[in-house]
Amino acid sequence: MHCSTPDPRRTPRGTPEPHGGRCTCGIRTEGARARARVPPMIRFDNVGKRYPGGHEALAGVSFRLERGEMAFLTGHSGAGKSTLLRLIALIERPTRGQVLLDGENLGRVRRRRVPYVRRRMGIIFQDYRLLHERTVFDNVALPLVIEGHPHAEIARRVRAALDKVGLLGRERMLPVTLSGGEQQRVSIARAVVHKPPLLLADEPTGNLDPDLSREIMELFEQFHQVGVTVLIASHDLDLIRSMGHRVLRLRAGRLDAAGLPERVA
Amino acid sequence: MRRRPRQASWQPAPRAAQPPPRRPRGAGRAGSRLRRPLIYLQRHAQVFLGSLGRLSHTPLTSLMTATVIGIALALPGGLYLLLHNAEQLGGGWRGSARISLYLKRDVGEERARVLAAQLRGRPGVRQVTYISREQGLREFRAASGFGAALDALKTNPLPAVLVVQPALSGNGPQAVQGLLEALRKLPQVALAQFDMAWVRRLYALMALAQRGVAIMAAMLALAVLLVVGNTIRLDIQSQREQIEVTKLVGGTDAFIRRPFLYSGLWYGLTGGAIAWLLVRAALWLLQGPVQRLALLYHSDFTLASLGLGPSVALLAGGGLLGLLGSWLAVGRHLAKIEPR
Repeated sequence: MHCSTPDPRRTPRGTPEPHGGRCTCGIRTEGARARARVPPMIRFDNVGKRYPGGHEALAGVSFRLERGEMAFLTGHSGAGKSTLLRLIALIERPTRGQVLLDGENLGRVRRRRVPYVRRRMGIIFQDYRLLHERTVFDNVALPLVIEGHPHAEIARRVRAALDKVGLLGRERMLPVTLSGGEQQRVSIARAVVHKPPLLLADEPTGNLDPDLSREIMELFEQFHQVGVTVLIASHDLDLIRSMGHRVLRLRAGRLDAAGLPERVA
Repeated sequence: MRRRPRQASWQPAPRAAQPPPRRPRGAGRAGSRLRRPLIYLQRHAQVFLGSLGRLSHTPLTSLMTATVIGIALALPGGLYLLLHNAEQLGGGWRGSARISLYLKRDVGEERARVLAAQLRGRPGVRQVTYISREQGLREFRAASGFGAALDALKTNPLPAVLVVQPALSGNGPQAVQGLLEALRKLPQVALAQFDMAWVRRLYALMALAQRGVAIMAAMLALAVLLVVGNTIRLDIQSQREQIEVTKLVGGTDAFIRRPFLYSGLWYGLTGGAIAWLLVRAALWLLQGPVQRLALLYHSDFTLASLGLGPSVALLAGGGLLGLLGSWLAVGRHLAKIEPR
């Protein structure tokens, strides 16, 4: 017997773990095994995507993004950044390999279940994709309306989200009357209003000047600070370098480098 | 509710839904059980009114669509009413449908009156009139002009007659035929006569007209389906962007479908209401000439209007067709729109 720990498989639930779940002897106690079982937020296993025309957008892509991690996805235009994000959001399906979201194989998600998977993430686009005939309030409220929350709760949470992105007081305005940076903030508020554990952003600063871009990135950083997993596709290398998070670099559909920005970007 | 610190409130929601906090027994339990269906109903009511609001943004276009539906519904509705009125008029003619029972010579006046009273109590008989032999002779003499010839006869050659008016309510010629057979078997009756041919023709004509209206109604119902379907298809196309965004943030097909279905329902209901108005207007325009015509025939016939039942049927039929039309359009076109 290497230590006094009894066979962990026999430890009844609820008994205090003698090593606080961390045993130097290398045998995993129940708590440690539970932690090891926490799946990464996103896992790609040898994923390939070939479009009907024959264009191969992704090939043999494998990586993990842990819960609560923030990472950048970079590469030239057409390197497959958008395709990778679209696979996570189930806008596209891979032609090879597996994509796992929080341990769930997305390849097994049927069409009817797709909306419920999308509710577990917030997606932000380069062109904002706001509804131009609806007010800022209605735009941000959309995910909550879809989920069927009571009216009072929707109003409270929309205001909280708008407050978070610094747009409180603009609820009644139409998106077209806002600047580009403000419109992107509205789309971020819409992406976070239902408190998803994952944020995906596809070139969120692509249409913005450097100062606004930095503000938007800081907003993402704040969400990362409170535990949201964030994956941002961007080719703004200077900005990425200054943020100091892990970088995944795509080149012609393959992941050719991953690591901290000093090494990769 | 106590406000939590701002930062903490932005933590992501846990994946597995937390069990709701325990409440003391009995406190607000009914409320929580009612909450979900109430929210569901509330959402439906919102979409129901919201889709009306959206239609009222383009009042002219919406009204034109509804009017097309209204006209399509008004045609069978109006024809139905015309048919209904024709039946009423036919009922008046049917009053003249008579069975003449020529009684045997040995049946005296007393027995004839007793028989008439018996027949009046029969189902399917509306009225029985007794014409005595003398009365018959008088009428014949006055009407025929054979007065001199009749004088030459020593006895009255005419039999006593019972004129039976059958009640032609629902059953049509068959019932009358049955009555005729029964009357023929009476021992006092020498001969029973009834001209069935024109009653049969009347009923055949009515059946033909009814079938014609039904065929027309079916074709126009199809037209309503297509009109609503096409309008909803255009609606879907013009809201492509919105549908895509809704799908991207997790909107289910049912959620996206709902406003379009309610739009279709509104088109149908409005169309039904317009059809009702059109039929009423047409009736109002026809009422005067019809009354003048009836007066010339010394009749007090007036056009019957749409009753409560047909009015409700017109509205409900419109709504149903609208819903069905939009359902078909939504089924065909919504699935094709996927986010880019």
